[in-house]
Amino acid sequence: MTIPKVIKKGEFPHKDLVSMEQLSEKEIYMILDTASRFKKISLRNIKKVPALKGKTVINLFFEPSTRTRTSFEIAAKRLSADIVNITSTASAVVKGETLLDTAQTLMAMKPDFMIIRHSYSGSALYLSRIVSASVLNAGDGLHEHPTQALLDLYTMKEYKGQLEGLKVAIVGDIAHSRVARSNIIGLNKVKAEVMLVGPKTLIPSSIEKMNVKVSYDLKEAICWADVVMMLRIQLERLTEGLFPTIREYSMLYGLNRDMLKFLKKDAIIMHPGPINRNVEISPEVVGDKRCVILNQVENGIAVRMAVLFLLRGAEKVSIEQ
Amino acid sequence: MLLIKGARLVDPLHHVDKKADMLVDRGKIVEIKNSINVRGADVLVATNLIVCPGFIDIHTHLREPGEEFKETIESGCEAAACGGFTAIACMPNTIPPNDNPSTTRFIMERARMANGVRVMPIGAITIGQKGEQLCEYFSMKREGIIAISEDGRSVMNSGILRRAMEYAATHDLLVISHCEDHNLSGKGVMNEGIYSTRYGLRPIPTQAEDIIVYRDVALSALAGCRLHIAHVSAADSLFHIRRAKKRGLRVTAETAPHYLYLSDDMLATYDTNLKVNPPLRSRADVQALRKAIKDGTIDCIASDHAPHSSAEKDVEFDIAKPGISGIETSVGLVLNLVNEGVISLKRAIYLLSAGPAKVLNIPPNSLSVGSDANITIVDLKKEWTVDPSKFHSKGRNTPFAGYKLRGKAVATLVAGRILYSEL
Repeated sequence: MTIPKVIKKGEFPHKDLVSMEQLSEKEIYMILDTASRFKKISLRNIKKVPALKGKTVINLFFEPSTRTRTSFEIAAKRLSADIVNITSTASAVVKGETLLDTAQTLMAMKPDFMIIRHSYSGSALYLSRIVSASVLNAGDGLHEHPTQALLDLYTMKEYKGQLEGLKVAIVGDIAHSRVARSNIIGLNKVKAEVMLVGPKTLIPSSIEKMNVKVSYDLKEAICWADVVMMLRIQLERLTEGLFPTIREYSMLYGLNRDMLKFLKKDAIIMHPGPINRNVEISPEVVGDKRCVILNQVENGIAVRMAVLFLLRGAEKVSIEQ
Repeated sequence: MLLIKGARLVDPLHHVDKKADMLVDRGKIVEIKNSINVRGADVLVATNLIVCPGFIDIHTHLREPGEEFKETIESGCEAAACGGFTAIACMPNTIPPNDNPSTTRFIMERARMANGVRVMPIGAITIGQKGEQLCEYFSMKREGIIAISEDGRSVMNSGILRRAMEYAATHDLLVISHCEDHNLSGKGVMNEGIYSTRYGLRPIPTQAEDIIVYRDVALSALAGCRLHIAHVSAADSLFHIRRAKKRGLRVTAETAPHYLYLSDDMLATYDTNLKVNPPLRSRADVQALRKAIKDGTIDCIASDHAPHSSAEKDVEFDIAKPGISGIETSVGLVLNLVNEGVISLKRAIYLLSAGPAKVLNIPPNSLSVGSDANITIVDLKKEWTVDPSKFHSKGRNTPFAGYKLRGKAVATLVAGRILYSEL
């Protein structure tokens, strides 16, 4: 599919991006193709286009985040938008101002975009209903993290050529991962195959109904996969009794040198970051030439530029205008 | 004197189903005949309407004392009358909880100042509902409690619950169980299954309910107390209730209208009005409950009226308070099931009147001469749309807003006094 120079109104008919669920296969490819054009801008000497000049973006982060927040910030700046960062914690909101009041207060300042990260599932959808600005979900609870899935799809496509039929293993804490959920939904839409790997305590109920295979055996998945996506293990899962020790988790589900032997030569290793070295991934694996973690970070900016552009900025302007 | 003319009288407990006029005087039903004409009596023309023994809602939250911005005993009683109820039982989880005789007395006094709907307080099982120390059941019963319950929680310590049940049996008090294994439900906010996985909301398995149903049935057999299972939401719980009844144990059960209509797949919108405890279950559970109200496994339907202010509901799903302001939609939703062919009219009236009376072991309201004129009049064919802005309750939190229902309570009489009438 080719993207015309000017994106016409109606071709990407969304006010918000709150989930992968809302996107069609065609729209996913539209975002990826747009991103590939934006990726080149980041490689230039002058890394800026005027596409979103005069637009205001609010980064509204209720959870700590460095990479996603920075990635969105750089993406918005490379599109010439003005961006402000607001960081808070959900607990402060519980005690004081509600999200509704925060949203209405910010809306009075007339932003064009609100990018939200929040520890409660559904909060991005909730925000999108109470503000007229375009809402981008930068992660809501255990639910979705659509731009992460899009940058993952972009990276897979970049390295593997096509997404259809691709075998993707997602390893680790599926139950608490919005990255996993968004990827499963996105990969389903582009007709890739998904295998989830982890102990049963980290695999959520009935997930096989989402058209995925489930395995408790990392080796089986490693032998099978074209793409291995390792998820971060939050150390607090230990206190919830979801596995006995980090040592045993790492023994069974950590990607290490021994396990790498079973991985296809042309496979790629991904991780949404931040990584826990020697927990889910060992330092040798991070250094392996099949590991594309930093490329994911790079592609994140292009993908987020594309999403910002397609949601609002695209109505009136072209990329190079 | 009040003359109700031209109605169909239906009293399932006494096998009454006939067209007749009814004369009410000094709070009592004094005459029932094909045709009555009395000079000077007020006349209520009830052609095409059904006169029923007064409905009883045995599971409500009146929020007073402590959260009067959500509901007061006065506003709750007003809402009850408008919803078709002549009597209501109110749960003890107020602030402070009804865990002592003076709070019980306070509730009874406030109720006397309200519209006349009979208020029957339910006492807490333990002080502060902390699951540790038993309350003074005897003294509280003297002030007016008709049952004890830790509603909103389960007493997780089986040893303490056993003693509570034995002490309750000593004073012939009903024990009402909210069944939830808190270790299993954890931080969960919705039913466990494909939808909790898809929506990324922390799950509560049905086992959190049915394990405690089983435990409490077993403990009630040991303690020899009467047990009532509140707001049954899951098909698996019904299994234990049927088994208990078959064994001849004194076990009864209720469900709430929302468990007969709504299911977990609807949470895609993250609408906090759909957040209840126990959570909405699967469609299969809804079907199983619809069967259970018909076959007698479930003895009564209670609203679990849980009014909240918008500040508690217009927030993210995880932190929204659970509950539905249901006292004004309960009867309509049950009658709508009659029109849908799920249950018979007789069964519906039983579930709302004689059923709850049997659970509480109080004399049922009756349509016989000499009885107190506690009467609910319903229009089985009336079509109406649920509009929370017209609620008399302070709580406007309902997932049924906009629902078109067929069947409604149109008048409520307590001791012959008209507390509510659309006629």
